[in-house]
Parts: sequence; C-alpha cells; structure tokens
Amino acid sequence: MTLLDVENLWVKFPSRQGVFEAVRGVSFTLGRERLAIVGESGSGKSMTGRAILQLIRPPGIVTADQVSLEGVNLMQKTEREMRDVRGKRVSMVMQDPKFSLNPVMTIGQQIIEAYRLHNKANKSIAYEKALSMLEAVSIRDPKRVMRAYPHEMSGGMGQRIMIAMMLIPSPEILIADEPTSALDVSVQRQVLSIIDTLVTDRGMGLIFISHDLNLVADFCDRVLIMYSGRIVEVCDAKNLHEAKHPYTRGLLNSLPRLNAPRKKLDVLSRDPAWSEAPSVSGRV
Amino acid sequence: MTMLTIENLCVWFGGGRDRVDAVRQASFHVERGASFGLVGESGSGKSTILRAIMGLAPNWSGRISVDGQPVTKKRQKGFYKTVQMVFQDPYASLHPRHSVDQVLGETLHLHGFRDIDARVVKLLDDVGLGGKFRFRYPHQLSGGQRQRVAIARSLAAEPSILLLDEPTSALDVSVQAEILNLLTDLRLEQKLTYVMVSHDLSVVGHMCEQLAVMKDGEIVEIMDVETLRNAQARHSYSRELLAASI
Repeated sequence: MTLLDVENLWVKFPSRQGVFEAVRGVSFTLGRERLAIVGESGSGKSMTGRAILQLIRPPGIVTADQVSLEGVNLMQKTEREMRDVRGKRVSMVMQDPKFSLNPVMTIGQQIIEAYRLHNKANKSIAYEKALSMLEAVSIRDPKRVMRAYPHEMSGGMGQRIMIAMMLIPSPEILIADEPTSALDVSVQRQVLSIIDTLVTDRGMGLIFISHDLNLVADFCDRVLIMYSGRIVEVCDAKNLHEAKHPYTRGLLNSLPRLNAPRKKLDVLSRDPAWSEAPSVSGRV
Repeated sequence: MTMLTIENLCVWFGGGRDRVDAVRQASFHVERGASFGLVGESGSGKSTILRAIMGLAPNWSGRISVDGQPVTKKRQKGFYKTVQMVFQDPYASLHPRHSVDQVLGETLHLHGFRDIDARVVKLLDDVGLGGKFRFRYPHQLSGGQRQRVAIARSLAAEPSILLLDEPTSALDVSVQAEILNLLTDLRLEQKLTYVMVSHDLSVVGHMCEQLAVMKDGEIVEIMDVETLRNAQARHSYSRELLAASI
C-alpha cells in the first residue's frame, strides 16, 4: 500500500550565479517499508526529505507534480494546514540532537508539548505518555531525564529523545535524516534497532537518509541512490552490493574493508553524463 | 627503531572535585615508519593522547619520548619539526580569512625556512593540489581540498611523525578514499610515522599495522591488524566494537 507518492519533485534556490537546482525531478513512492536515500553531501538527499514536509523556506522554491500522502496532495496545502501534517502524520528526526532540541526547555516539557499539540489530553496523561515513550526508546531513569535539559544528555541519549519526541504523536511516516551519523558505532546500532522495532510495531513507513552504504544495506528494504539532485539507481537493499551504476559501484569500492585489505583504495572518477542522465523513478 | 614511546601516560582536566581523568596509565610505542591506530568511542581519551603528545593538554604525567629524546613539559623548539598534527575538521582548522598561500607561507616562515616560494609550490604538489589553488581561500575549497591543505601545512616542517586526529571523519566516502590514498603515498615517499585516531575500525584496519583499543581512558588491548582482520580480539570490549562495525 502506498503511503506517500512523490512525483517529479524539484527544489531550486535562486542565486546571483543563476538558479541552483538542489533536487531535479525526483519521483518515488513509499509503502509500509524502510526506504533509504543515500548519496554524498550535496546530492540533494536531505533537501528531498525537507521538501516533503515543505520545510524549504523562501527564497527556496519547491515544485512537484504531486507529493501525496494517502491520496491528498501536500503541495496544495497552506502553511496552517501543513502544521497538522507535520508531527502528526509525517515527522522528521534531524541529524544532530545538539541543534534540534530546545536548549531552554526541559526534555519533559518538549515531549509533552509534542504530544499535546496533536492530542487533546491533560498534563498528567501527557506526562505518563511521555514517560512510557522514553522507556520505549530504552532510556534508563526516564523520570530524571524528563526534568533534565538537553545539554545534560549525551549524543546517543539526545538522539533517542528526538526519536521519542517524533514518535509520540504516532505519525504514519518517519523521515530520519542521518539519525546516527553523530553517534558512536556501538550506540548507532542501539538507536537503529529502536527505530526498527518502533517502525515495525506501528506499521509505519520510514525514509532513512544516510551516506553510509553498509548501514543502509543492513537496515533498509529498498535504496534510492542520489547523485547531483537525481536518482541514479534504485535497488533492493539486500542486492546493494551487486549494484550496477558506476557511481554506486564507485562508492562501494572506495570503502576500506577489514576482510579485504588493499594497498590502495579505488577513487571515484566522476562522469559528467551521470548528472545529465534523467532521474530513475523509484515508484513501485 | 622506536620513534615514539608513551609510558604510563595520565592526562586530566580540572582539579579537586571536578577532576576528570581523561587518560589513565596508557603505554604504547611506535616503530619508525610504522602506523599506529587508536580506536574507541567518543570520550574514551584517544584524541586526548594526541593532544598530550603535541602539548595541547597541559596536565599530564608519565613519560613521552620522541626519537629517543624525552619530551619536556615546555617543548623544545626542535620538537615541532619532528611532530605535527592534522585535525579532524578541515572546516574549522583553517583560518577563514587566510589564503592557502598565507597559511603555508606563515607556517614555513615560523619554521625558519628561507625559500618559502619554492616550498609552497612543492607542498601543494605533494598533496596533489597544484598551483591553481595557491591563492584561494578556504571557502573556495571543498572539504577534501581543505584537508589536503591541512596536511600540506603539517608537512611544511618536514616532520617525521604525523598525528592524525580523525582525518577523514568529516568527509564523504569517495573523498575519504582520496585522502587515505594520499596519506599512504606520503608515508612511503617521506618515510613518515603515523599515529592515527579514528572511530572507524575499517579505516584503521586499512591504514595501520598495529592498533590500541581504548575505553574510558584506558587502553584495553593492543593488537596487530591481522588479529583484527581475523576477529581474534581478546578483550570483550574490542570484540563488541568489532561486531558493531562489521
């Protein structure tokens, strides 16, 4: 079943040197699955995620034939109507908890606010909800954490708090923009498995934005590979290591491997034709 | 021959009640021309060891010796001609209003070289940048190019030991490969000794022959890369780390 249908999405930024096109005609669909968007920095993967939630501010321009959430086109919604979509139906976990949590509100206040914005509930019910949500993301001693401020938390805890906050309104789609790249490897797995259980249990759709190919191959169902604003290849995550596009191959080969030592790593040589080739559709 | 020896190194910050022991009783040694890796989670003290060697962490005890010479609290002038460091974030470690020429020229001047003009050209060539980058400012360079400038700056003094603090963690994988290849080539050409900090075991596995695993300020295990590749780590924490990164 299709939750989200994106067709011909463009993101443009007018500048003095002409219009910069960050995303150039991307199309894909999302069902109840874990969809990954991978690419280098500047490939437009984060912009795609933001554009879905209409988080691109002027002078940035977003155009699309459609961005529809269960049949309703989000492109035609006003800013006020979008506020009911953000958080409640589609929510987004940002890259760095340090810059995404409010530094002058306690964590409890922030999570309770997120809940009460979308649900009619009194404070004590919201408090209980927030507490159980913190437990769901395996935070020990949630009562203390509720009283704490973001700077008192480590990176891993901050990211789990962000996930709790984003999941408490029970959205149908979660967009996770590099949720683990600021974290240590050992904590990374922990955070991923939390996202995984929550997404599977609730039957949500997940868009997982990442630059880490190995992680994505393990964790997701389907992968879109982006290069300079376009999708160059779509494949199943389990077949990622047999990907065909020279760009994907280049990225895979440039990774050092513990089990296959080499004197020299392969360097990606970029072909101008890659950015000219039309975008591959990720629609099912 | 041993190039760098660390014995019972302790590093701490603050004092009294607020004292934090960042590194406790760390010992290892690196042979001339070898490459040694330090891995561990953030906060495990791996970067602090490099900073203590460089003299950027003032409170330390134990013994550090470079090329047979013990390092004194106040570094001798020759020290910085032997040991140089490359920092993690190329976006933060270059002065935004100094051109590449100024960055390298000033460094060369401070090290007392005369033929600065010729040396700037050579340094840029060595790191694969070439003359057209000489008068650019950091914001006109990509992340990989900036890291190349940072490496060129550290090579200006013609050091024999390079301390690399996560030199590629801020870069994309394709750019990471270029920088790692550059470091491999430079090590062969200039007979450098590397101490490399990374949280990425596969990067350390590619670059180093020996590595130390750190946890909570202590070195829990020192092993060679073969052991790492065959997943024969002895300590339970190193095994955990290995399992998480494959």
